[in-house]
Amino acid sequence: MDTLTWAGGIGAFVNPALSLAVLVFVLGFVANLAMTIAGMRPGPLVVNADHSLSPQRGPVDYALLSMKYAVLVLALGCAAYVVGGLVLADPQRSGIIGAMSARLMPVWTALVVMFVLSIAFKRRLGLYGKLFDSPVGMIGLGLAMFWVFAAVFADIIAPHGPIDVISQMRNAKPGSALPAPGDGQYAWYLLGGDNLGRCVFSRMVHGAFEVLKIAPLATLFAFMVGITLGLPAGYYGGKLDTGLTFLANLVLAFPVILLFYLLVTPEIVAAGIPNYLSMVMFLFPILFVAILFNARYRTQALRRNLIVGIIIIVGGMAYVSLISNASDTRLPQLFRLWPEALDLFDVPGNLLIVFVSVVFVNAPTVFRIVRGLVLDIKTRDYVAAAQTRGEGPWYIMLWEILPNARGPLIVDFCLRIGYTTILLGTLGFFGLGVSPESPDWGSTINEGRRLLTVHPHPALPPALALMSLVLGLNLLADGLREESLKD
Amino acid sequence: MAFFILRRTGVMILTALCLTFVVFFLTNLAPNLEKLAKTQGNARMSDAEVTSWLDRNGYGGPLVVRYGEWLGVVPGWVRFDEPTGEWRGRCILRGQSPEDADRFCGLLQGDLGYSTVSNAEVAAIIGGRMALTGVLMFWAFAVMVPTALVIGIMAGMREGSRMDRALSTFSIGTTATPEYVSGVVFIILLASSQTGLSPLLVDWGWLESGTLFLGSARSAMDGVTFWNFTLPVITIAFYGIGYIARMTRASMAEVMTAQYIRTARLKGVRFRTIVLRHALRNALIAPFTVIMLQIPWLLTGVVIVETLFNYNGFGWTLVQAASNNDIELLLACSVVAVFVVLVTQLISDIGYVFLNPRIRIS
Repeated sequence: MDTLTWAGGIGAFVNPALSLAVLVFVLGFVANLAMTIAGMRPGPLVVNADHSLSPQRGPVDYALLSMKYAVLVLALGCAAYVVGGLVLADPQRSGIIGAMSARLMPVWTALVVMFVLSIAFKRRLGLYGKLFDSPVGMIGLGLAMFWVFAAVFADIIAPHGPIDVISQMRNAKPGSALPAPGDGQYAWYLLGGDNLGRCVFSRMVHGAFEVLKIAPLATLFAFMVGITLGLPAGYYGGKLDTGLTFLANLVLAFPVILLFYLLVTPEIVAAGIPNYLSMVMFLFPILFVAILFNARYRTQALRRNLIVGIIIIVGGMAYVSLISNASDTRLPQLFRLWPEALDLFDVPGNLLIVFVSVVFVNAPTVFRIVRGLVLDIKTRDYVAAAQTRGEGPWYIMLWEILPNARGPLIVDFCLRIGYTTILLGTLGFFGLGVSPESPDWGSTINEGRRLLTVHPHPALPPALALMSLVLGLNLLADGLREESLKD
Repeated sequence: MAFFILRRTGVMILTALCLTFVVFFLTNLAPNLEKLAKTQGNARMSDAEVTSWLDRNGYGGPLVVRYGEWLGVVPGWVRFDEPTGEWRGRCILRGQSPEDADRFCGLLQGDLGYSTVSNAEVAAIIGGRMALTGVLMFWAFAVMVPTALVIGIMAGMREGSRMDRALSTFSIGTTATPEYVSGVVFIILLASSQTGLSPLLVDWGWLESGTLFLGSARSAMDGVTFWNFTLPVITIAFYGIGYIARMTRASMAEVMTAQYIRTARLKGVRFRTIVLRHALRNALIAPFTVIMLQIPWLLTGVVIVETLFNYNGFGWTLVQAASNNDIELLLACSVVAVFVVLVTQLISDIGYVFLNPRIRIS
């Protein structure tokens, strides 16, 4: 087996076209800039005899046009690599990029299915459907969903396991062939090997799962905490508001990095602080859902009792299973009381700590946003109408105010997932992550940075992956904001 | 106005007290102290020995009293040590008699304690490190603020134009690139002799040998040069640019739709004059707050960048103190960090009121 080249056979046709496109784009940009500075403007619109308008093209227009087509060619070239990799199937012919595209087959399929279905039914899909009217939103959604699907299909996509070590492949260059590939084993390290001889590409894909396992859920929990506290703070005001705002400002004034260092060190973990924190934090989601349905079905006692009862039993079981772990002798006695037989699942200690810290850091900001929105919305007429109708305060907060605050909250939710991803990366970067061997992006960057100037290939893929995911989420939030402002 | 500042300062002091107490509590938990005793005494101490060591060295009392001692509002502990026949205490230097020593020695007296790992006064360590970080922050701000303001104003002056869209996409891009990503990319592109631009430039004969920039800022501690300090500075600045630029853009776009701008346009004032004379001053009020609030945010960036580029400033010290269980040093670091955060918040609040004539505090 030979070492793979980047472009393989596809490059022979596509690379010249790509270089040409880049050259034309740069030339067009420079020409456009020079002409604009020189004071030239795009050509005016001319009214034809039949009262239609047609643009009269000047030099500036041609420069812009050439840039537009260069971008189009660039996009087509990239698409050619993806399709080429799928069609050629043989890595030796399709090169590294083509081979990666072939491995990512499930992602492409899922993305195409999702986009076709969404665009077909976009008028019936509410705000989500409107997203497909905005190019920025579509690009953002595409980037974000790319990594979501990569995480879902990680086991199919990754050619090797995240911690499979082949010692001859230490710091191997991208496209290196395995020394003695076993039967059915993928014969290359597509993006090379890291300093221990693990496949960088596989670790990047598995890292997507590690990151997306925590970030959205942690953000959701932060939102539940923030909403449950922010609604009454804004609605009632007074002493409650002053107290909660002071607490939120207290957490916000804490430098994030210091907080992480204080919360995620082994000594603090041994003292059980994160467990006490999670004991408080995880109470809020149950509280939130229970109050939500209690407020809704307050008038139908039987139905209310049934629903709230189920929530409390199921949520309560999950809650005690989550926070307690009878077999872990390092924990304080309080967290080992719950019998092992009734303990549905155990969350590894480190994961719980990282999760709780991230929720803890995000919740105050959400609280402030919710509080601000409530202060604004509670002066509206429909709130006054509900008050006159004799609705309870929690019904008004959760079923009158909250749905009307959803726009800004959804936008912030997308942004906050990105921010949480960055926070998780920061934790990994300082070696405070889930576990030392974990393939999450922050930890991989941290491992790769030691030999950065000599072997750049292990650190670069996770760095770019993290950037593209966060960029996707930011663009998605931007698209959502734009579209939600249009109604 | 005076009452407003007074009340804000009061809240700030209360916040500072709460935060330092939390940090004190978290750094003085039983496992931390046990580890401290074992690294200072010997690693195989029994539990009873650990307790007696902690008692002898002043870690025995109740937490609140020790916090008071650290703060300097409770007299420092004094104890007669049986085995050595000496008086020992928080404020007593070795060989000093208890009558000569100060009664209080804590944060308020300017005594930050003693770093157990590097065997030096914390105040001496922190001072030098802060100066180094100050230099880094200064240059980062000097690059970040003008760049961000120019980008934001260019994008906001014609909302929806092609330039606006290009610059806004760039700003979103930078906010999606945390320091540990941009730092890694910059090092690979500009500071590696194997990949990126440097080997190309050497090939073309534009560069003697070596790399375009230095990937480590260790030498910048002795003297800052363009070669060794560019990468850390632009790495910090890059992440912050996007946020400030977006705020400036939003503020500029809002001002450009105002009535008085339309009046000026209808009177035939040149576009350039409108932007520079009429719009700019009002558009810069909101970014001021954002820039001030950016400082605490930069703190995280400083820690990452100093670790990545091996620059032994404040952030690097914080990481070292936290990972070596150097309790007093970590406490001092957090006091500085909390102080920076709270003071910038105060300044941004007061500054906003001063700058914005529409807000009056009665």
